Amino acid sequence: MALSITEVARLGALARISLTDAELEHLAPQLDLILEAVAEVAKVADPDIPPTSHALPLVNVFREDEVRPSLTNAQVLSAAPAVEDERFRVPRILGEEE
Amino acid sequence: MSEEIMDYAEAMASFDPVLGLEVHVELNTATKMFCGCVNQFGSAPNSNTCPVCLGLPGALPAVNAKAIESAIRIGLALNCEISGWCRFARKNYFYPDMTKNFQTSQYDEPIAFDGYVELEVEGEPFRIPIERAHMEEDAGKLVHVGGATGRIQGADYSLVDYNRAGTPLIEIVTKPVYGTGAKAPQVAKAYVAFLRDMLRDLGVSDVRMEQGSLRCDANVSLMPKGASELGIRSETKNVNSLRSIEQALNYEIRRQAAILASGGKVKQETRHWHEEGYTSPGRSKETAEDYRYFPEPDLVPIAPSREWVDELRATIPSPPDVRRQELQARWGFSELELRDAVNAGALGVIEATVAQGCPPQAARKWWLTELARRANEAHLELDELPITPAQVAELQQLVQAGTINDTIARKVIDAVLAGEGDPAQLVETRQLATVSDDDALSDAVERAIAQNADAAQKIRDGKVQAVGALIGAVMRESKGKADAAKVRELIMARLG
Ligand SMILES: [Zn+2]
Repeated sequence: MALSITEVARLGALARISLTDAELEHLAPQLDLILEAVAEVAKVADPDIPPTSHALPLVNVFREDEVRPSLTNAQVLSAAPAVEDERFRVPRILGEEE
Repeated sequence: MSEEIMDYAEAMASFDPVLGLEVHVELNTATKMFCGCVNQFGSAPNSNTCPVCLGLPGALPAVNAKAIESAIRIGLALNCEISGWCRFARKNYFYPDMTKNFQTSQYDEPIAFDGYVELEVEGEPFRIPIERAHMEEDAGKLVHVGGATGRIQGADYSLVDYNRAGTPLIEIVTKPVYGTGAKAPQVAKAYVAFLRDMLRDLGVSDVRMEQGSLRCDANVSLMPKGASELGIRSETKNVNSLRSIEQALNYEIRRQAAILASGGKVKQETRHWHEEGYTSPGRSKETAEDYRYFPEPDLVPIAPSREWVDELRATIPSPPDVRRQELQARWGFSELELRDAVNAGALGVIEATVAQGCPPQAARKWWLTELARRANEAHLELDELPITPAQVAELQQLVQAGTINDTIARKVIDAVLAGEGDPAQLVETRQLATVSDDDALSDAVERAIAQNADAAQKIRDGKVQAVGALIGAVMRESKGKADAAKVRELIMARLG
């Protein structure tokens, strides 16, 4: 497994993290190591063992369509760094044209 | 602002359009997709939110059973296969309208797939192949502040309301639609109108395009005549009225034709429709890999049993066109009357009024004249007017029984709309019942004859049309409450 610098740069960009070349050089091999460790699992995988996305063999866990109380507006906004007009105020959204 | 475009007929002489339509439908469940917050349009900002739909750490989603049921019913109405086992996935992206930094959506395992819709445009049949109908959640709503027009570019900052975040959405995606020729824009419009009617008949969505509960992204590409390879497509986002769908596609076809004819290449991109009649480029499309989908670990798979699906299949109404034909036959409407009712979105309210015992023609008359006018003035849909089908049926009963005439009925409608009560009760308490008492009317007729000697003389001379002036006088005196037929009878008996 070899995670390229370009791939890490791309992932960084998708995660909105700006990385210098030096950081990329430093982080790419580390990420690679982590992936290698996880890839150990593949060694015990067998065609007989289907891949799974859940720990429990359950299906159809549903909730009835019944309204439950929401939080109050004050609770919702209490942790917001900035509030205006009962809404979350967020910085200018960059890098997107309309 | 706008780019060069080719004449439509000229474009059609060289190219065949291929359509692709993605329609998002907000379900009208009582609660959101993954939490018990009320699913409601128009509440105070951030008042319908909780740890789940705000994506707070540790909050766990729980699937709304009703939303799954609606998704399956939509799939069945689209003639789709229903998946025996499918999952939700995380679609990862960073944007302030989504607190979790991912949207919970279905990806390669949609709940419904491989269907079709059949419709007619100007008598020509078209079959629209459906690729899939999958479940996902809606995002929050952004307001951009500063800059010129509330648009994102030039804005100083944005404000976010998460009431809509987590609203259950179904995305319905067609396969490429070939063979629509010059009718492509009309077919697209007819398809979305078909979906709107079908979803309304299913009762799964409010399908209000102007409120965004039904949204359409319209893709189109052009193939040179005789070619078999698909051209490069553009995707026009959020075209939010039936009329705009037709216009936006017409524009895109002409724009792409102009590019191709001059030897250029169409760019694969998102475009925005402007009501002034053109599209403009938006961001270039992120590829699917950029979203790094993976199965949602917090939700277990959905495996609808055959029995459940069959049970739901029995609840699917006939397709809208079949249902219309049934209603037309049952109500005895002419083609034109039916078409007017469909265009006014009045089938549902007429049906409900007829169910309350009102004759179909009378129900049609009230909803398409008096009530349609008032709905228009108030910018409301007919079923949003504060009058119920039962009240309309009651009103008609009063008219039929001769208790009130049409003039008074209109006043009663106004009072009902103003929330002042039910028709019968209003007629009773305000003494609006028609005066057909002979003595009272005879006196009024005598006075009218005395005050309109000219008209009276004309009638005596056989000019019967002059009777209108006398009837008018009596009606004025009774403030509209007199029984006009009775008045006429009395006048003619006296003078004729
Ligand atoms: Zn919630």
